[in-house]
Amino acid sequence: MAHGTTSVNANSPDYIAAAKQVERPPLVGSGRGFHWITEKICSIIEGDTPRWWWIAFFISGAITLLVPLSLIYLVSTGIGTWGLNHPVGWAWDITNFVFWIGIGHAGTLISAILFLTRQKWRTSINRAAEAMTLFAVICAGIFPAFHVGRVWFAWFLAPVPQANAIWPNFRSPLLWDVFAVSTYFTVSVLFWYTGLIPDFATLRDREVKVWKKKLYHILSFGWRSSNRQWKHYEMAYLCLAGLSTPLVLSVHSIVSFDFATSVIPGWHTTIFPPYFVAGAIFGGFAMVLTVMLPFRAIFGLEDLITEKHIDNMCKIILLTGSIVGYAYLMELFIAWYSGNPYEKYAFWNRALGPYWWSYWGMMICNVLIPQLFWVNKFRKNVVAVWIIVWGPNIGMWYERFVIIVTSIHRDFLPSSWGMFKPALNDITLFVGTCGLFTWLFLVFIRFLPVIAIAEVKSVVPEADPHFHGKEDHKGGHHV
Amino acid sequence: MSNAPVYGVGAEFKSATELYHAAEVIRDKGFKWWDTYSPYPIHGMENAMGTGKSWVSTFVLFGGMTGFTLGISLESLTSIPRPEFLKDIQSGWLLDLFYPLIVNGKPYWALPAFFPVMFELTILLSAFGAILGMLISNIMPRLNHPVFNWELFCKRASDDGFFLIVEAADPLYAEEETKKLLAELGGTQITVISK
Repeated sequence: MAHGTTSVNANSPDYIAAAKQVERPPLVGSGRGFHWITEKICSIIEGDTPRWWWIAFFISGAITLLVPLSLIYLVSTGIGTWGLNHPVGWAWDITNFVFWIGIGHAGTLISAILFLTRQKWRTSINRAAEAMTLFAVICAGIFPAFHVGRVWFAWFLAPVPQANAIWPNFRSPLLWDVFAVSTYFTVSVLFWYTGLIPDFATLRDREVKVWKKKLYHILSFGWRSSNRQWKHYEMAYLCLAGLSTPLVLSVHSIVSFDFATSVIPGWHTTIFPPYFVAGAIFGGFAMVLTVMLPFRAIFGLEDLITEKHIDNMCKIILLTGSIVGYAYLMELFIAWYSGNPYEKYAFWNRALGPYWWSYWGMMICNVLIPQLFWVNKFRKNVVAVWIIVWGPNIGMWYERFVIIVTSIHRDFLPSSWGMFKPALNDITLFVGTCGLFTWLFLVFIRFLPVIAIAEVKSVVPEADPHFHGKEDHKGGHHV
Repeated sequence: MSNAPVYGVGAEFKSATELYHAAEVIRDKGFKWWDTYSPYPIHGMENAMGTGKSWVSTFVLFGGMTGFTLGISLESLTSIPRPEFLKDIQSGWLLDLFYPLIVNGKPYWALPAFFPVMFELTILLSAFGAILGMLISNIMPRLNHPVFNWELFCKRASDDGFFLIVEAADPLYAEEETKKLLAELGGTQITVISK
């Protein structure tokens, strides 16, 4: 907390001019106040259900039905209804798992890492991004659970003593994954719900229907907006942010161990953990923008999710996209520099083998397309942003496909080389999870505040107890 | 209202700044049973109110230590051979523990390979500690509370209102004088809240 300066005359014209130059754009546009924020966000939930919502709800709901249908077919007939074979025993299922888990990472990055680094712009996007995390992890969990083959034995993954007295293998990366993903989901739910508590209280205080008022009261745990409560609440929130930060970095690192601890050429590399984490954040931010820009436009949230927010997210995509590009090149360099013929072949095969199109698709979508964000004009144009982020969305799926399928379809023995073609059931299940993700998100924007009301209020200038009017530059607080 | 038991006296303030200054004065006068209410956490309010630091972080520490201990014992006890001094115990539970198998050519007690599960359990139980600590410190969930008897408070405390309530339980509380004090500090809508 910076207070008034002592040595500099803050009223001098020079000081004011200098202060104006470094002033940042406000995080809530048009000088909106507390009541406007409450009205704006709550009215989305309290208003009538728009017709487009019902249409989108039924379409995505219908697509979601592909998930149970595909799974029933899979379980009743056998895992062979996926296009898996020897040697490609991991294909779309694991690709989709890593894809969805990765998408979740942006939500936690926004809610935890940007919180710890005092990036106040996170307040208007964290709620939706965290919701996206949860839904993405739900989609992700379906794949490994059913990939075990006999799903009714999936509980063998839990560390409970079994009839045959054998415990799960704690030395296996696949078990680490179980712990990482389930911890990630649980902590994300807790973090998300903690953020919702004061907002449920706001909804409660506005509600006129008695049953809804009571429901919100229960959901808010009887929140009273008291500063004695806020004190503990803020500490819990800070601790959760501090815990989620190493957690989110660990989750995709551990996912990458599934590959890196094996001896398959193309998987056995030390660069995997940081490269996977950067890729996850990259793909996650792209997905945040993909889902956020439409609802920002539909609900008229331009004063809350401002150009500045979009600009910042584009820059993060640019940064992480460049890290990912660097990792791709470094992999190629190491493949050559290692002098290992199998490693060299794996990468030659990726770029020029039968799956060359997926490799170059990944390169174009992940490395080249995001570079457009160097141009200010693209970052400022919402339509351009929305189109460009489809690059990473598609590219990150390709990346996982490239890593998984091209590495195992030709390993050491040419006699066991093979090819992978997705079966219809692979495709329907993936499309189904896309529907599920959309459907859950639609339910979320209809029933819960899409923007963290209390948190956004805390970043408007009047929220600061040392605020003395808009023309005052002495406060030293910048947002 | 006159005969009903009184919870306290409340006042509304115009802004976070006014509430902050009022809190500083009430703190300095030595009041103990009072609270301020705002739609978002006001930065530095714990100093203005003199309530000190939150202890939720201690719950997190203990949660984390429990998680770590749980993780390392779960992994060790299931992976190492049965120690000599437990040879004679014949319980079903112990037979399930101490089941040494060589997997991946790693030693029975493979600390590097045990790290991820230990780490995740530490985080998981720390997070439980944070939530539990917050709920216990705030005595939540608590659905009935006298502050909700104040209609204006219910309408605005979570929207754009800034409130200060001094409880009748406070030794320094005297209805007329406390009302006057709150008015002097800039409080409006001064209301006696029934229990």
